[in-house]
Amino acid sequence: MADLVGKIRGVTKLYTRDGFDVLALDNVDLDIPAGDFVALMGPSGSGKSTLLNLLAGIDRPTSGDVSVMGTPLGTLSESQLASWRNRHVGYIFQSFNLIPVLTAYENVELPLLLTNLGKSDRKRSVETALDLVGLADRMDHRPRQLSGGQEQRVAIARAIVVDPDVILADEPTGNLDARSGEEVMSILTTLNEKLTKTIVMVTHDPHAAGFAKRQLHLEKGVLVESVGKG
Amino acid sequence: MALPIKYNIRNVLVRKGTTLATATSIGITVAVFLMVMALARGIDLTLQSSGEPLNLIVLREGATAELVSDIDQAKFDTVKFLDGVATANGEPLAAAEAITLLYRPRKGQSQGANVTIRGTGPQSTALRSGFRIDRGRAFQPGLAEAIVSQRIADRFQALDVGDRFKIQNSEFTIVGVFDAGGKAFESEIWVDINALKNATNRPTYSSVLLRVSDAAALSTVAARIAEDQRLQLKATPEVKWYEDQGGATSGTIKGLGVFIAAIMAVGAGFAGMNTMYAAVANRTKEIGTLRVLGFGRLSILLSFVLESVTIAVIGAAIGIVLALPLNFVSTGTNNFTTFSEIAFNFRVTWDLMVAALLFGAGIGLFGSLLPSIRASRFAIVDALREN
Repeated sequence: MADLVGKIRGVTKLYTRDGFDVLALDNVDLDIPAGDFVALMGPSGSGKSTLLNLLAGIDRPTSGDVSVMGTPLGTLSESQLASWRNRHVGYIFQSFNLIPVLTAYENVELPLLLTNLGKSDRKRSVETALDLVGLADRMDHRPRQLSGGQEQRVAIARAIVVDPDVILADEPTGNLDARSGEEVMSILTTLNEKLTKTIVMVTHDPHAAGFAKRQLHLEKGVLVESVGKG
Repeated sequence: MALPIKYNIRNVLVRKGTTLATATSIGITVAVFLMVMALARGIDLTLQSSGEPLNLIVLREGATAELVSDIDQAKFDTVKFLDGVATANGEPLAAAEAITLLYRPRKGQSQGANVTIRGTGPQSTALRSGFRIDRGRAFQPGLAEAIVSQRIADRFQALDVGDRFKIQNSEFTIVGVFDAGGKAFESEIWVDINALKNATNRPTYSSVLLRVSDAAALSTVAARIAEDQRLQLKATPEVKWYEDQGGATSGTIKGLGVFIAAIMAVGAGFAGMNTMYAAVANRTKEIGTLRVLGFGRLSILLSFVLESVTIAVIGAAIGIVLALPLNFVSTGTNNFTTFSEIAFNFRVTWDLMVAALLFGAGIGLFGSLLPSIRASRFAIVDALREN
């Protein structure tokens, strides 16, 4: 069995919203091997994004354990988690979440500012990442000067620039037209197949999910189905 | 590592309108602070430059001002011949002088102020450097003639060459205008000491000004005067005498200035706080994103503090620009020691500008703390849900 990038055991997540308890995840177990490309599917409120957030260490389970690259995230403090996330996780958002006042280059460079890399090494990494997503000629553009598809590609470059162990994508094609969505999924597939990046993607879109190696279905916080590719 | 400064500067520039409004409110506060401090600094510099390093001023023991001092001719004759008193052409460099006050309306106002009239002797000008007649001529000894400083001529009604004023029943004619290089006695009218004594029917002097031969003699002559129980006089180095006057007057003005500026700073600080709360509210999702990328709470906190301080420093610069035209503008106020007008220039000095900049940055820091703490404490998941 390949090394596990993500290991989730007995994870339950309970929210309190407007005085009501909401069970987002109910005793979930999941293994994510290195090099996997998993699509998390399910209706709204099924717990997909919660599961992604737990893997990213931006939320904590009510009970159970989440380990990524062998690190039990529950043992890390807030600041340790921030530093860990910077080194090990690349996160892609549905609405791109680029910083509007920074150029594409500066957005991609942001995570590298938290590393020990010097300016010239950072420049090389940023240029490589932007080249990989086909936007080497848009480095000096601000987000509002880019199309939605281009913005998401910059966001992918930002997610991969630190060479993370796992890429987490929350509805990466949710705000894109079909053609741009196709381009984004093609880049993610390349990252998985050619650069062996482990990817966990939340999506509603069956077409996007079709690019993944595995599809996991969640309903009411419970993993109900796992479908492998051919 | 903190977020890059360009992130804050560009965010400040994106919100030009709010930035300018907040910066202006801080700028006005800083300008008021700087103007009042420039006023106090002007007084200090005027009085600090007024004393001659080898001069001693002698007053009656216990007197805190020339106006309440009293020295008779015999005592003057005693002190002027003490060892250590400098001489010129065989004569001791010493002047017995008397002070009285003249109430005069200011130009363009019905209200006025007291102007010091100094009765001066033959050595009075030799004891003060920088003195020169600018217009007209010097007064004739023994005659009821006067010379006024240019600043007093500029600031008060009917105190120019050809004008007349009365001291009790004697009418004095102004025959000249003098300049004293910005020193304190540029706030005075000078007349002949004997003419003043005649006009006021006063047989005694207010003070004696002595030039000593060297720095060491400052203390020995002062000690001789203090030790002579018959004299009941006290000698003070003229430099210290004026510095102490400056402290009394400028200290009160500084206190008032700090009080007004502090009240305004609270208002400006809250304006800054409002701006920063709005910035945090508008960028909540951005804060969540930065946290996901690995920036810690402290980086976020410092980033917003820096942004607020940047706006405040822009404001402080506006304040300095507003206050700068006052530099060297002539004004006057009441000297709390002599109870008479002291004319001086506003002085916006480098150290005051640095203090104003720090004061402005302090307002920015005050305004930023609560919003920045709020920004740094968002739960990432909640922040990302914001639109």
